[in-house]
Amino acid sequence: MNIVVLCKQVPDTESRIKLKGDGSGFDMDGIKWILNPYDEYAVEEALKIKEAGKAEKVTVVGLGPDRIVESLRTALAMGADDAVHVKTGDDYGDNLAVAKALAAAVKDLNPGLILTGRQAIDTDMGAVQSMVAELLGCGQINVVSKLEVDGGKVKGWRDVEGGAKQVVESSTPAVVSANKGLNEPRYASLPGIMKAKRKPVAVKEPAAAVNKAKLTACSLPEERKAGKVFQGVESVPEVVKLLRTEAKVI
Amino acid sequence: MANVLVVAEIKEGEPKKVTLELLTVGGRIASGLGGTLNAVAIGTGLGGIETKLGAHGAKTVYVADGVASYNSEGYTKILADVVAKDGSGLVFFAASSQGRDLAPRLAARLDAAFAADCVEIDVDGGKVKVKRPVFSGKAFATLTMDGTAVVSLRPNSYPVAEGAGPAAATVAAGGDFGAVKAQVVDVVAGQSGTVDLTEADRIVSGGRALKSADNFKLLWDMAKVINATVGASRAAVDSGFAPHAMQVGQTGKTVNPTLYVACGISGAIQHLAGMRTSKVIVAINKDPEAPIFQKADYGIVADLFEAVPVMQKEFEKLLAEA
Ligand SMILES: Cc1cc2nc3c(=O)[nH]c(=O)nc-3n(C[C@H](O)[C@H](O)[C@H](O)COP(=O)(O)OP(=O)(O)OC[C@H]3O[C@@H](n4cnc5c(N)ncnc54)[C@H](O)[C@@H]3O)c2cc1C
Ligand SMILES: Cc1cc2nc3c(=O)[nH]c(=O)nc-3n(C[C@H](O)[C@H](O)[C@H](O)COP(=O)(O)OP(=O)(O)OC[C@H]3O[C@@H](n4cnc5c(N)ncnc54)[C@H](O)[C@@H]3O)c2cc1C
Repeated sequence: MNIVVLCKQVPDTESRIKLKGDGSGFDMDGIKWILNPYDEYAVEEALKIKEAGKAEKVTVVGLGPDRIVESLRTALAMGADDAVHVKTGDDYGDNLAVAKALAAAVKDLNPGLILTGRQAIDTDMGAVQSMVAELLGCGQINVVSKLEVDGGKVKGWRDVEGGAKQVVESSTPAVVSANKGLNEPRYASLPGIMKAKRKPVAVKEPAAAVNKAKLTACSLPEERKAGKVFQGVESVPEVVKLLRTEAKVI
Repeated sequence: MANVLVVAEIKEGEPKKVTLELLTVGGRIASGLGGTLNAVAIGTGLGGIETKLGAHGAKTVYVADGVASYNSEGYTKILADVVAKDGSGLVFFAASSQGRDLAPRLAARLDAAFAADCVEIDVDGGKVKVKRPVFSGKAFATLTMDGTAVVSLRPNSYPVAEGAGPAAATVAAGGDFGAVKAQVVDVVAGQSGTVDLTEADRIVSGGRALKSADNFKLLWDMAKVINATVGASRAAVDSGFAPHAMQVGQTGKTVNPTLYVACGISGAIQHLAGMRTSKVIVAINKDPEAPIFQKADYGIVADLFEAVPVMQKEFEKLLAEA
């Protein structure tokens, strides 16, 4: 069985987000780009499954402009065998367009398991994985913190409301999205990083995107202003009173 | 002319609060699209559900009764059939764990525009327009959707209008999944009796300063008084004081309560990512320089072990008065 891991490049969590001067989009100048943290869990899980002798090969697939190859190399340095770069412009399309292009690339690789992150931490939709599952006609198990692979079946413990877990079993090929807690991603070793430089990255051109959800405005939230600060335990009754009379939340 | 179809979530025979929120704002969107507000309910024991959903504005309720457990492929099939019958221009989900799992799969099945976790929804020139947080709430994106739109809405984004409309007409929806590749084989129960963080209207959260899992009882006790749920920072979760299901933030849950009380939480950017849209933030921290005070509406510089019990007593007093 081969495993495909979808890897998205996203801005570092500490990035300051700015708007373009004309408000038409986000200004990505000077952003530090990283591999989506949830995708790291997905890569780690794929490597563990391979190390357990249940998969032969791990291929990472990313869609985006040339800079994303750097994040694909991060996954290769962790131990993935090879990579596919679905090469697009900077703003290729909406999530369905992205999912269609990724599904086409994944299909060509004929994997038994497709691992993804629970969500991309920039656009936060958590959509692409379910869309890819639908487009490939696979079962989906989203937001898992435990996974078992056994022959033609996978079983995932999916985090749902109230700390409960739904245990979902799927025939393969299946799409599984990783939550925090699934594992501890390894650091790429120096030899790993050196080796990653020589690993193959295939390049694919996707079909032109049909965009149904169009970005028409961007804005920044109103900065929360610091409110009133009170000193000492003695102030607690006063604050509680204000929660009723001023904030009206109690 | 297109209808709005609210995908209802029913718990023990009652629509969830977020479903009523969807119906309230969905009515306005339906008028904007020149259609009607309808709903679909899938599950078991749904007798009389049309009365409850109708009271909040649904005109037709499609009911697939006798579906024992959730299944993404099965629900997608049922919903796709209903959408075809209904002529929906907007299929409207809660951004719950079920909605997040299901809505994008349905969007792909329908080849429709999709947006998750929206906080505002409108109609503009006959098209559905949504606003949603991006970059962990550090910015907002407005998306305008062509054709049929599938949208999930974050709980607590809109108020619930008190409805007393007539019962809706019911239409039986086919509950047959056909063949599916994945199914739920077991459910491991979580903490019962509390509202999930993502839906909670009030949250009391604790950070590393709590020092132990036992000390979280302090927060649970206060939470009980004001009918709140308890959350935690990542530092508290990583230290083993609380389970990951309680984590608020970038790699935890995104919450949207009316009141958020942060106890012994410094206010790191990744924590703020999960709770910055809270309507009112109260912070208790003994360090007057803690960054959380920059974001809190009410800051209290004090030791939480002293302040929380006092706050609990004050809440008790206040609620006894009312
Ligand atoms: C400059 C810019 C402009 C944009 N304009 C629009 C727009 O006009 N309309 C619109 O709707 N959206 C727009 N987007 C968002 C774009 O559609 C998303 O990047 C894409 O849909 C995936 O994000 P998501 O939140 O749906 O990912 P999620 O569904 O949250 O991702 C889940 C998982 O899917 C996988 N995945 C997702 N995307 C990729 C990828 N590219 N490569 C590999 N794996 C991936 C990862 O494993 C990830 O963890 C824009 C983005 C940018 C950066
Ligand atoms: C990729 C990434 C993702 C992350 N995701 C998340 C996330 O989802 N959620 C999250 O919370 N964090 C997340 N973090 C971690 C985040 O950066 C902080 O480390 C974390 O939020 C700190 O938690 P804390 O405030 O409880 O602890 P600390 O930063 O240690 O703060 C403890 C605070 O308690 C105060 N204090 C101590 N004793 C008392 C007392 N007796 N009474 C009152 N106050 C007291 C101190 O003054 C201090 O301000 C993430 C980090 C990264 C890099």
